[in-house]
Amino acid sequence: MPLVLALEQAYAEAKADPAFQAQLESYLTTYVGRPSPLYFASRLSEHHRARIWLKREELNHTGSHKINNCMGQILLARRMGKTRIIAETGAGQHGVAAATACALFDLPCVVYMGAVDIERQAPNVQRMKLLGAEVRPVESGSATLKDAMNEALRDWVANVSDTYYLIGSAAGPHPYPMMVRDFQTVIGRETRAQILEAEGRLPDALIACVGGGSNAIGLFHPFLADEDVRLYGVEASGEGMESGRHAAALNGGRPGVLHGAHSYLLQDRDGQVLEAHSISAGLDYPGIGPEHAFLKDAGRARYLTATDEEAVDAFALCTRLEGILPALESAHALAKLGEVAAETGPEGVIVLGLSGRGDKDLAAIAPRLEGRSWA
Amino acid sequence: MGVSRIEARFADLERKGLAAFVPYVVAGDPDPDTSWRILEALPAAGADLIELGLPFSDPMADGPAVQRGASRALAAGADTAGVLALARRFRDADAATPIILMGYYNPVLTFGLDAFASAAAAAGVDGLIMVDVPPEEADPLADALEAHDLALIRLATPTTDEARMAIVARRVRGFVYFVSVTGVTGGKEADAGAIAAQVRRVREVSGLPVAVGFGVRTSERAAEVARIADATVVGSALVDEISTALALNRDPAAKVLDRAAAMAQAVHSARARG
Repeated sequence: MPLVLALEQAYAEAKADPAFQAQLESYLTTYVGRPSPLYFASRLSEHHRARIWLKREELNHTGSHKINNCMGQILLARRMGKTRIIAETGAGQHGVAAATACALFDLPCVVYMGAVDIERQAPNVQRMKLLGAEVRPVESGSATLKDAMNEALRDWVANVSDTYYLIGSAAGPHPYPMMVRDFQTVIGRETRAQILEAEGRLPDALIACVGGGSNAIGLFHPFLADEDVRLYGVEASGEGMESGRHAAALNGGRPGVLHGAHSYLLQDRDGQVLEAHSISAGLDYPGIGPEHAFLKDAGRARYLTATDEEAVDAFALCTRLEGILPALESAHALAKLGEVAAETGPEGVIVLGLSGRGDKDLAAIAPRLEGRSWA
Repeated sequence: MGVSRIEARFADLERKGLAAFVPYVVAGDPDPDTSWRILEALPAAGADLIELGLPFSDPMADGPAVQRGASRALAAGADTAGVLALARRFRDADAATPIILMGYYNPVLTFGLDAFASAAAAAGVDGLIMVDVPPEEADPLADALEAHDLALIRLATPTTDEARMAIVARRVRGFVYFVSVTGVTGGKEADAGAIAAQVRRVREVSGLPVAVGFGVRTSERAAEVARIADATVVGSALVDEISTALALNRDPAAKVLDRAAAMAQAVHSARARG
């Protein structure tokens, strides 16, 4: 507990320090490549009969939104005088972003990653190693993201004096969900300015995938007070909600406590945490950031679900229509564009958070595409 | 009984000039029957209090030994009601040895805080350690336990400073569990001299007996801890015996009880020698 209290205080000080904010802004501009474009996807728009814009987080350095948060937290870690960084990763996007930030600042980096995920995200494992990070396989439990987080927490409590734990999602103990959200709200702030410039008005709907929920909360947050802007999160329903093999904590879980956060959680009747299932390793977490639980309960955001199959179809569609390979995570949001477009109508303006690029997913997706006409 | 059974046991040991030996085992590990045979025989092996682990799928404060034990127990069908039934069976056979349940919050929250406290008290449980509930978040749990005269036992660590110790000591009853290392269960050993000073501090602030655990793996270490603390907790070393016995196709109960007896002997003779 003293370790998260110390972090909370250090973050509050950094947040209020203009020098810290200026330094972060500078790295986001010159190193990450911000602002990311807001792109009018004309062919997806035609296909789904709505005005669809893609917030291109996949064009960031390292290929996803994860770097936004890593730049913020690495600067905080340096400010706190920490000399060793640990992180957990699912799809490897956060691990790559963390390893990148550590290479940049010459800090040793240990990334905990489930053994199952190491197998299905091989390119990212290679990238992390090239960047100088040590990737530690986690064999316990379901050998996926939650187990990687257990292992990282164990490391942190054992090495707290010199180690900073760089959490990648809007999950874990306070202040992480708030801090990760703050660092990701750059997505929503830019989107707001860009869409006002492009359309002359606010969008009718925002849509993003949710695992832990960091890219979605970053996109949504600057629009929370705009009640006419509908918010849609899309959870991974894996092999289908009825199969029980899914990762949809909000749609298929109930409130519980895991990793220091009280939120919706996939669990059995006895309170044991269930393994999440999704083709997308980045959505394979049995919990969900607590702010999404709040938005759901308050009725401010709606949370849809997309199956593995729907995500693969959407991946292929986006690639063919727009020449953009989306991450399988983001493909879950793409899969629900039709549903949201039907609600907003043909003049409806929709912004989709394209959180990451899909090159890392080719091995996972190839067998699924066999035998299809467009494979 | 609850809190008073814990107090009576520590008072009795103090009269005898002994430190308490507190074994930790995971309820239902490796299966219900073997787990019962272990639990039933622990007092005869020298246990003064018993920490009974509530198995959890994601035991992030525990090392690999206890996680393996929890996984075995869950695979063998352990659940909260089953753990309470095991405690009840023990209490029917032994009226004096305090039982402390140790686990994680989500299964207890799922059971319902009041329902859990009530059922635990009815099962003859005396206290509860929730490793993932910090004092700031513990009031609802403390209320429920107090209503049934169960002790909420808190953890203090080497990173618990003066200001924090006052928070940790608030509403704590029975004893304080001092985690002698910064890390997870079954980890490295900490320096005994440093522990001694910290144990004194925890005892002064809380006014309660102090148990020391995490990183007590050998009889020598158990004795060393017994000379500076009011109780020595041994967990991972015992749970590891189950893993070893299963790998060698031996009876896990016999292995655990042998190891517990050796540790108990070391704890109980430590002060006479020291």
